[in-house]
Amino acid sequence: MFDDFFIRALIAGLGIALVTGPLGCFVVWRRLSYFGDTLAHSALLGVTLAYSFELNIALSVFIISSLIALILIQLQKKTNLPGDALLGLLAHSSLAVGLVVIGFLTFIRFDIMGLLFGDILAVTTDDLLIIWTGGAVILLVLKLIWKPLFASTVNYELAEAEGLNPDRAKAIFTILMAAVIAISIKMVGLLLITGMLIIPAAMARNISDSPQKMVLFSIIGGLLSVLLGLFSSLEFNTSSGPSIIMASLILFILSLLNIKQSIKLKN
Amino acid sequence: MSSENSTLVKLNNAGFKQNDKWLVEGVSLTVEKGKIVTLIGPNGSGKSTTAKIALGIYRNIEGSVEKYTNKVGYVPQKISIDWTLPLRVYDFMLLTENIKDEAIDEALNLTGVIHLKNKNLGNLSGGEFQRVLIARAISKKPELLVLDEPVQGVDYTGEIALYELIKRISDTLNCGILLISHDLHTVMTATDHVVCLNGHVCCSGSPMDVAKNNEYKTLFGEQASQILSVYEHKHDHVHSDKGEIKKN
Repeated sequence: MFDDFFIRALIAGLGIALVTGPLGCFVVWRRLSYFGDTLAHSALLGVTLAYSFELNIALSVFIISSLIALILIQLQKKTNLPGDALLGLLAHSSLAVGLVVIGFLTFIRFDIMGLLFGDILAVTTDDLLIIWTGGAVILLVLKLIWKPLFASTVNYELAEAEGLNPDRAKAIFTILMAAVIAISIKMVGLLLITGMLIIPAAMARNISDSPQKMVLFSIIGGLLSVLLGLFSSLEFNTSSGPSIIMASLILFILSLLNIKQSIKLKN
Repeated sequence: MSSENSTLVKLNNAGFKQNDKWLVEGVSLTVEKGKIVTLIGPNGSGKSTTAKIALGIYRNIEGSVEKYTNKVGYVPQKISIDWTLPLRVYDFMLLTENIKDEAIDEALNLTGVIHLKNKNLGNLSGGEFQRVLIARAISKKPELLVLDEPVQGVDYTGEIALYELIKRISDTLNCGILLISHDLHTVMTATDHVVCLNGHVCCSGSPMDVAKNNEYKTLFGEQASQILSVYEHKHDHVHSDKGEIKKN
């Protein structure tokens, strides 16, 4: 049962969950789920470029996602369109461009399903290295910008007035988002990465009364989702991404029950 | 030279324009250590804007701001906190700086909300939240305090106590305070310097100078000037420790 590929997938998945936990909390707090989606959709373009120019997938996805984030910031400054329209515009056009480019790459056989929904067979030892070193760097940087990022999430003007430089923290956070998508795309798939960010964090919100607890529970929820998801993926021969997301959904539902119970207990 | 060193923030002919409309222009003022500068003026006269210029929140301003301190405590007028965040009063106290537990307790004690320390911020009443905001700003032991309508929603007795607290803080911490207040009575009794705004500086000076100013009278009405006469009257006697009244 414990084939090599499965161990690799497990190590990769747990590494990803450690990073998506805290980052996901900020996605929920700052209402960035559609932003995450947009970056993830643009990742397809990154993958196709990686195949075209024989680049590392994670690196290429990181570059394209960062680029899309930059374009978004510029469009927000220069147009009067609402944020969600701009996000939709970028998400779907980059997805479309990615799919068209795939059409041209007839010499490569693409596993589209694997790209969209994740493929545990695809995780190599190199990927593990990228996930764990990349993940460690992401967490370290997040720890460094935690104070200004969190303060400006609570209230931008307070953070700015008291000298925390929230704009810089926000810019760095955007890059971290691109990075986490880059390292998790193979495992979770580009359609489901945002779920990996949001659902454990949402579950954690239901059972937390402080930001630190929410981050902790979000990490634990992510780790459990990966374990449950990957074992069931192996058992039922399902794609890894949907299996992990379903596991996190189950945890989310359990966290709702917990709320009802605690209310009952209080009464 | 000594006055140069005690300057915390200085606005030189500062102004801010949004959507081609001046929110405020031509404001010059200086906040020094141990001094309370109060901004008064009708709604929309640019009081909060002036405070935000002084804090460096607005970037593209006319004129200039010289800020000589980074230890700033700010109580904004409006604060919208997203309640999707699980945030206790305690977490909020640590928002912009890591403060020792004793300092947190002390500040919460001073503003009378120590019992709310572990409560969720979203469950506080308006007045309670305002007290937490003030506690957070003073717990940092800032050199510059910017208080934008700090006692809004606080009950009347609490209001007086909080203004006394603010005055005491300016003395004990020797910090400079930029205060925005609607309460003319407080302004006139506890302030070193008053700046009266109405899109620009109408008049400024000591509370007495301002109250005598004609532009101030047209802005606030004759009655507002009366407040000062009450205040002046109050000061032709002093209270001894035993509560006896002694004429000067």
